[in-house]
Amino acid sequence: MMSDDKKEFWRWKEYNWRDENKDWKGAELISAGVDVGSVSSQAVILVDGELYAYSNMRTGSDSPNSARNAMNWALEDTGMTYDDLHYVVGTGYGRVNVPFANRAITEIACHARGGNLMYGPTVRTILDMGGQDCKAIRCDERGKVQNFLMNDKCAAGTGRGMEVFADLLSIPIEEVGDLSLEVDEEPPPVSSTCVVFAKSEASSLLREGWSKKRVLAAYCSAMAHRVVSLLERVGVEKDFAITGGIAKNSGVITRLTKELNLEALKSKYDTQIAGALGAALFAKTLMEKQRKSA
Amino acid sequence: MITAGIDMGAKYIKVVILKDDKIIGKSNVPTGFDQTESAGKALEAAAKEAGIEISSIKHIAATGAGRKIAPLANSTITEVSVAAKGATYFYPSVRTVIEVGAEEGRVVKCNERGKVEDFAINEKCAAGAGSFTEAMARALELKLEEFGEISLKSDKSIPMNAQCAVFAESEVVSLVHAKTPKPDIAKAVHDAIASRIVSMVRRVGINEDVALVGGVSYNPGFVDSLKRGLETTVVIPDQAEYIGALGAALAAGERGE
Amino acid sequence: MKANYGYLDGSGEYFITIDTDLCIDCKDRGCVDGCPGGLFEIIVDDYDDEVAAIKEDKRKKIKYDCASCKPASDRPPLPCVNACTPGAITHSW
Repeated sequence: MMSDDKKEFWRWKEYNWRDENKDWKGAELISAGVDVGSVSSQAVILVDGELYAYSNMRTGSDSPNSARNAMNWALEDTGMTYDDLHYVVGTGYGRVNVPFANRAITEIACHARGGNLMYGPTVRTILDMGGQDCKAIRCDERGKVQNFLMNDKCAAGTGRGMEVFADLLSIPIEEVGDLSLEVDEEPPPVSSTCVVFAKSEASSLLREGWSKKRVLAAYCSAMAHRVVSLLERVGVEKDFAITGGIAKNSGVITRLTKELNLEALKSKYDTQIAGALGAALFAKTLMEKQRKSA
Repeated sequence: MITAGIDMGAKYIKVVILKDDKIIGKSNVPTGFDQTESAGKALEAAAKEAGIEISSIKHIAATGAGRKIAPLANSTITEVSVAAKGATYFYPSVRTVIEVGAEEGRVVKCNERGKVEDFAINEKCAAGAGSFTEAMARALELKLEEFGEISLKSDKSIPMNAQCAVFAESEVVSLVHAKTPKPDIAKAVHDAIASRIVSMVRRVGINEDVALVGGVSYNPGFVDSLKRGLETTVVIPDQAEYIGALGAALAAGERGE
Repeated sequence: MKANYGYLDGSGEYFITIDTDLCIDCKDRGCVDGCPGGLFEIIVDDYDDEVAAIKEDKRKKIKYDCASCKPASDRPPLPCVNACTPGAITHSW
């Protein structure tokens, strides 16, 4: 059990951002998306379809208020209030906990739509590795879902699985990926898929004299391999993109793209906002539909 | 004829020595980091209790996760087979044997001669084995023994959402934050793992009598949840942890002839 | 759309795949009553189509809930697959 009073190696940086150069006051349509995940929550605000502000924070144990906290933080210093938002879509594990949302849409559809904007209309396969789940999505050029799979039963291949290892090895989670690549020779992957058993295995390896970097390499390798199995179920078609927190883990990404023999597209957007971004895009479309039929 | 069975478990190595199918010696030694060394020690201890020399053992059969590296073993035998043999030795009326260890859960359907007719295994996932209850006990900062006991004090049925030991730990922490009484959480945990085991039993069919063996049989909370889930009684052999080694020793008797 | 419900964990891969394009014109909805475990329901998806899905609270227990229909030593025809007239349902295990 990870206690909060000792150094928290699993804790990653929370942040918000807004476009200081944009004046939203004359905007036609302000849409927002809120993605409440079991580990992290994001809020995204689009002004006439362009990214204006967003926040990324840990959901914590206060899940009913996470949506509001995330939105408040995104709105911070913008001068915007909830009343200025024309349409809000809620998504994520806690999408029923976005009390101010006009509609809830599944995280699958939102990730596909968000990915379509973030990576462009050529993207066909999106892998999202979130805090407590792993999604494999095939989409078309409009970001509409053609095939999907979501694995939220098992911690292996999720951010939580990686947090367990960061905690075990006392390494800040943001450094895990790069450190795992600093090995002369790629070790065999950890043989257990299960995080609980992989952790015991890692403890044995450390006792046998393996360096922390080598253990990390073995775990990232196992995680990458497992994710490839999931991707193969929906089929991998290029272009390929990766969203979510683990997209920032070079150790997993490098090994994953190598095994697939396929590079992942890059985006100027933060990979963790894909869901909320897609939700905000759905919000824009739904508001436009509403106005047309009015 | 003197035969022996070694159960090379992940946490403990058990040895049973039989003379003409009667138990004359046994031992239980922590596996530690050197399985081979610990197994040797276990054999010596059991032989000492039996008052015999190891060399007088006609046939040694090894079972368990580490059976292929058991020292001095003449043959190996699967955990599924020894569960059936060992359980029917004590209870000839047993037709379903449930074995839940720290890392694996197994269900075996057998006939009156202890021969395996069908089986299902839940492996490599902590949620289907004793590791699940251990992890939750740790999350509640309770000893495993206490954890099992306090679950019996609850009469609530809180379903657990998480089906993974790692996620369940977070769920337990949330329940604690929500001021859920520990007995209720403990019961929820035991009901959860018992229901997974019961589903596995359904794959071979629930045929009475049902026996429970393995480390988890010592957890009264689990036993209670299991009985309710199966809707049958469950017999638990004394010293259930020796069933595997006993079954192996019985098999050794058949092979040594 | 192919919707894959289920998971991959240490013990294996367990997915029920529903080809929702085939659900759209289905009138029978045989899966809902056909499954002894009550795993199926009809939902309106994100694209406003009425399709079959595995109930949310069942998706993480698929291996266990399907266990009664999948005995250890046999593979009888699955009730859900039989009940689905458009043939939209497949199991990965």
